[in-house]
Amino acid sequence: MRIALIAALVLGGGPASAQRVFVSNEKSNTVSVLDAGTLEVTDTFDVGQRPRGITLADEGRQLLVAVGDDDTVEVYDTGTYRRLHTLPSGPDPELFVLHPDGNPLYIANEDDNLVTVVDLETLQPLAEIPVGVEPEGMGVAPDGSVIVNTSETTNMAHFIDTATNEIVANVLVDQRPRFAEFKSDGSEVWVSSEIGGTVSVIDPASHEVLHRIEFEIPGVRPESIQPVGVRITQDTETAFVALGPSNRVAVIDAQTYEVEEYLLVGQRVWQLGFAADESLIFSTNGVSNDVSVIDVEEREVIKSVPVGQFPWGVVAMPGGGS
Amino acid sequence: MGGRRLAAAVAATVGACAAQAQEAERVAIGYVYPEERALTLSLLDRPPGDLGLAGAAAGIADNDTTGSFMGQDFELLARAVPPEGAAEAAAALAAEGVVAIVADLPAGPLGAAVGAAPDVLTLNVGAPDDALRLEGCPDTLVHVAPSRAMMADALAQFLVWKQWPRWFLVEGSHAEDAAFADALRRAADRFGGEIVEERVFEDTGGARTTDSGHVQVQRQLPVFTQRAAAHDVVLVADESEVFGEHMPYHTWDARPVAGTAGLEPTVWSPAHEQWGGIQLQNRFLDDMGRRMRSEDMLAWMAVRMVGEAATRTNSAEADAIRDYMLGPDFELAAFKGEALTIRPWNNQLRQPILLADGKTVVSVSPQEGFLHPDSFLDTLGYDEPESDCALR
Repeated sequence: MRIALIAALVLGGGPASAQRVFVSNEKSNTVSVLDAGTLEVTDTFDVGQRPRGITLADEGRQLLVAVGDDDTVEVYDTGTYRRLHTLPSGPDPELFVLHPDGNPLYIANEDDNLVTVVDLETLQPLAEIPVGVEPEGMGVAPDGSVIVNTSETTNMAHFIDTATNEIVANVLVDQRPRFAEFKSDGSEVWVSSEIGGTVSVIDPASHEVLHRIEFEIPGVRPESIQPVGVRITQDTETAFVALGPSNRVAVIDAQTYEVEEYLLVGQRVWQLGFAADESLIFSTNGVSNDVSVIDVEEREVIKSVPVGQFPWGVVAMPGGGS
Repeated sequence: MGGRRLAAAVAATVGACAAQAQEAERVAIGYVYPEERALTLSLLDRPPGDLGLAGAAAGIADNDTTGSFMGQDFELLARAVPPEGAAEAAAALAAEGVVAIVADLPAGPLGAAVGAAPDVLTLNVGAPDDALRLEGCPDTLVHVAPSRAMMADALAQFLVWKQWPRWFLVEGSHAEDAAFADALRRAADRFGGEIVEERVFEDTGGARTTDSGHVQVQRQLPVFTQRAAAHDVVLVADESEVFGEHMPYHTWDARPVAGTAGLEPTVWSPAHEQWGGIQLQNRFLDDMGRRMRSEDMLAWMAVRMVGEAATRTNSAEADAIRDYMLGPDFELAAFKGEALTIRPWNNQLRQPILLADGKTVVSVSPQEGFLHPDSFLDTLGYDEPESDCALR
């Protein structure tokens, strides 16, 4: 079954080799390019210093990389891997999220307690929004009306109206919130708390915490269970949560919030990214310098792919382009 | 210069809150600290005038950012005191309505301060004495600072993990030096180290700074350390800063130095960058114009603990803040890779301990393989069955 699925990936869907996955390597100052079909690293290219947040823009033609120690966001051509330009991100950018319309980009500036809004066409900053201490996680509602920023020391999810660039609500969550992810229907936003060890499920309409997901892994000390990256399938049925130094990815029924499985991946798992067709999800394992490839349907780790040092962010692009 | 920047930072904090002044609730935190600090052997370690105070101010600024969303306005009432002035200052702060007092004081003045403000939560950031945590624990006293035993255990675990188990202990001649030496002996018993030789370095008085510098040191310390039993590491217990910093490179045998010099167990290092620590380091440097030290970090942690309790309870009431801080849900994130919680039996904050050599963070304890049924952090320091305190 699993083999058949991989074979389908490789054979079906035209130029499988064009299904690429980009991984930022925080320590190496590089981006690794994986072929989502062969699960091999096909290219590695140099970027600025301390690359972490990574996403695609311009319908996959551009790759954006937050390079915190250079205080900028770099824009690369996904065809040539050449740097096109940089964005006025504000200091120490870590994570960002693109408006569903493709513009603008919302960037968390860790050191300045700000979210910076940048126009990707004019390359100009549009606004700076004061938020809590150490802003990090950035999520956007599917309709683009709201973004959610998490602040790691204030321990809040800040709901920001994208029409006014003003905070409309602040929701307290557990210690050190790292990541915010909306369900595709906009009904919920999930916020992971790294030190608190939980994921808060928040109703974006009422701003109430609907549920707090807790984790328990037999034989693993609770303090090492540190949720960071969160991804939820398009059908809103299944969620994956990276659990940091517990070296596990939790698989959760996103309707009942029940944790169904813990998958053993590499060490200190940070972030997660789906393949375009959601058949696979990739985890970046910061300490073991590899990416674990998880079969979404089988809920099994099928491969570990060595990448650069301290892999951090991951984003996949659909095939066919470029 | 540091003072001016500090003033600017405090002013900025006040300004940011002025916008919400009409509805913001005031949360006042007291901070009592020594008006004079001891000199150090190394010029690099000389205490800046705002040592500790700058950390408290940074904690207030972080609390206020959160407070601006909660309608809370934090205020620091800082009092620099001589040792005999601690009680009076604590009583006065209590009368001014502070919800808690952060006390950077040695054990004696700390006890006096707690006695003078018996209804106010006191957060100890200055006294590492284990006795305070083992007997007669007042329920209003919270130990943010780790004890000497926690520090010694953190170092011992690392040395045992390194398989460097034979230790040559050199202690100073003051009471606090002896106390840390005792903690090191206890740690050796606990984790399988062995003190193979002990010597006391007598403090014969004199200045910390001299113009002749290394010349005498280079001749005296090798002689002092020669013919010791075979050892892997030289352990130094010199909290009084009489000789310890001179030990590295001056021992008779070529051995690494650890303890109060060389590889030191510590709450904070200006070089600590893991677990988001770089973010606190950056904003501290920007706001205060110097690097953050342990005294600053302890004050920051204590002020943040009050802020955290005020935020979670959405309250400026001292009782609500105390009940939450001493309750089962309290956690503090402090850039140590896991949540810090409070030991219910004696109100000691559980925390990983950094091992740093002044340039880098070499390791962080507890080390892998040292197990505990409840919390690995409880492998550091005296555990519940060893303590006479049973607060909760």
